[in-house]
Amino acid sequence: MNSGPRATGTSIRDRADLLARIMITPAVLYIAVMIGFPFILAILYSLSDATTGDPTLHIIGLQNFRDILADPVFRTSLKNTFVFALVSQTLVIVLSRILATALMADFRGKWLVRFLVMLPWTAPISLGTIGWLWMFDSIFSPIDWILRKIGLLGAPGALLGPMQNLYWLGEPFLAMASVVTVHVWRLLPLATVIQLAGLSSIPRDLLEAAEVDGATALRKTLEITIPLTMPIISIAFLFGLIFTFTDMTVVYVLTRGGPIHMTQVLSTWTFFKGIEGGDLAQGAAVSLFMFPVLAGIAILVLRVARRTEVV
Amino acid sequence: MMTSAGKVFRTGRLYALLSIFAVFSAFPFYWMIIATFKRDHDLFSPTNNPFLFNEPPTLDHLRLLLFDTHFLTYLLNTFLVGMAVVAITLIIAVPAAYSLARWARGWGEMLGIGIFLTYLVPPAILFIPLSRFAAAFGLQESLWSLILIYPTFTIPFCTWLLMGFFKTIPRDIEEQAMIDGLSRLGAMVKVVLPLAISGILTIVVFAFTLSMHEFIYALTFISVSAKKTVSIGVPTELVRGDVFQWGPLMAGALIASTPVAVVYTFFLDRFIAGFTMGAVK
Repeated sequence: MNSGPRATGTSIRDRADLLARIMITPAVLYIAVMIGFPFILAILYSLSDATTGDPTLHIIGLQNFRDILADPVFRTSLKNTFVFALVSQTLVIVLSRILATALMADFRGKWLVRFLVMLPWTAPISLGTIGWLWMFDSIFSPIDWILRKIGLLGAPGALLGPMQNLYWLGEPFLAMASVVTVHVWRLLPLATVIQLAGLSSIPRDLLEAAEVDGATALRKTLEITIPLTMPIISIAFLFGLIFTFTDMTVVYVLTRGGPIHMTQVLSTWTFFKGIEGGDLAQGAAVSLFMFPVLAGIAILVLRVARRTEVV
Repeated sequence: MMTSAGKVFRTGRLYALLSIFAVFSAFPFYWMIIATFKRDHDLFSPTNNPFLFNEPPTLDHLRLLLFDTHFLTYLLNTFLVGMAVVAITLIIAVPAAYSLARWARGWGEMLGIGIFLTYLVPPAILFIPLSRFAAAFGLQESLWSLILIYPTFTIPFCTWLLMGFFKTIPRDIEEQAMIDGLSRLGAMVKVVLPLAISGILTIVVFAFTLSMHEFIYALTFISVSAKKTVSIGVPTELVRGDVFQWGPLMAGALIASTPVAVVYTFFLDRFIAGFTMGAVK
């Protein structure tokens, strides 16, 4: 009970325990109805034979999972989901580290550089990806144009071949590299700002003391900066993983999963099966393969957060 | 002491490095600007330098985008959905965050973590069951489906973010207000909320931009052109069959992405504070 002059009053406005419950209830209800219930429904769908034509829940057991596991497109999607997320986020952590270190310095025009490198994160992802789609165009790609100008492409005996274009989104390997590139482009700003926060939290006197002791730049990085910013690097990495692991927009806009399903990921395959193909049951089953990984990442995030709070 | 030559070298290296990053990040937007104002003939000549205007610029693409497509409607729809989502998010997340920040012990702390974890249940898992919800309530092809569903990602995140803000406001301030005669509720509304105004403004910006960026739900629920938001309208409607109308397409992408970017930049640091969850103090 509070100790103010109104302590004896029993008006609702003064009862903290009751207020706490009333104020949290809408959020809990909304989440239960709009996230909890649909999530359970997704599990039920995955065990049923529901389609958009006949959405009644008729439980048939694990048949959907057996079917999709036997499907080579699903296996490609599963593999691609991991490859895209892990490769792009490894690159993002390395690049954001370099960029953040550079941004720690004082220089003229810093606000402009900051604004420019943040653009990919602030633009709607589908529209940024449309820009890349035009850059990877099969005929008018500016990347191909440069390669032609410097003689790496489009001449007999050129390093990348005599044809005029590389067909970025038409060749399986290049298409995969394109998807990874857009993911890196999109998440680099987020990771950079997180790393900047980490770097600026390192106590100055610690670095100065190391300098007095004659530590080299490399030793300072290895023994002070990296260990001290490890928790925040993990946070950046884990959130990046979540975003790329579940993202559908980049692949959908860039390649639609093509050429011939070579860049399909779990989320796009869910969409093509469940919404465009109308097979709610198999679509739900495909999407649920994301969940164990997400749960694992969530546990890691909480462990990192908890450990840093104790320190 | 660093020699001046060494200093020049270091500065040069720094600018070179930053230029590479700036070009990588900003080039797609430069590419959009070029395509927006380039004549089709110039745009589609493979031998022309693609980085420059080889023929005088034109406003044709912009004219087509603004007057021959539903682009302005997409912007309006995006705005309406965004504002409604912001309102719902504020009404639900502000009290929840306050409650969790001030009274959470035991079950409350678990609840806070639980709310944060729901942010990790992705639209990619939820859109199939939610498409049945929309069908059951007759909300397909309606902006209302988006308004009701977008808070599934704004509420968990904004609650978590605001909780951090409320925790930074000392309890003494409320206790003093109650000694001065305000009720418990009065202390929150009249004393704490005004102090948390920057936090509240931050979640307004984020709830709005997250709704604007959303793609999967909009793609799933809306197929009528006049009901589309900008994030699905531009990539789906400006492609007729296999024909990409690159000029208007790039114009649409450019107009929709840049103004928000400016506002967003100011709030980025706070957004990050929400992500890092106090891992940095």
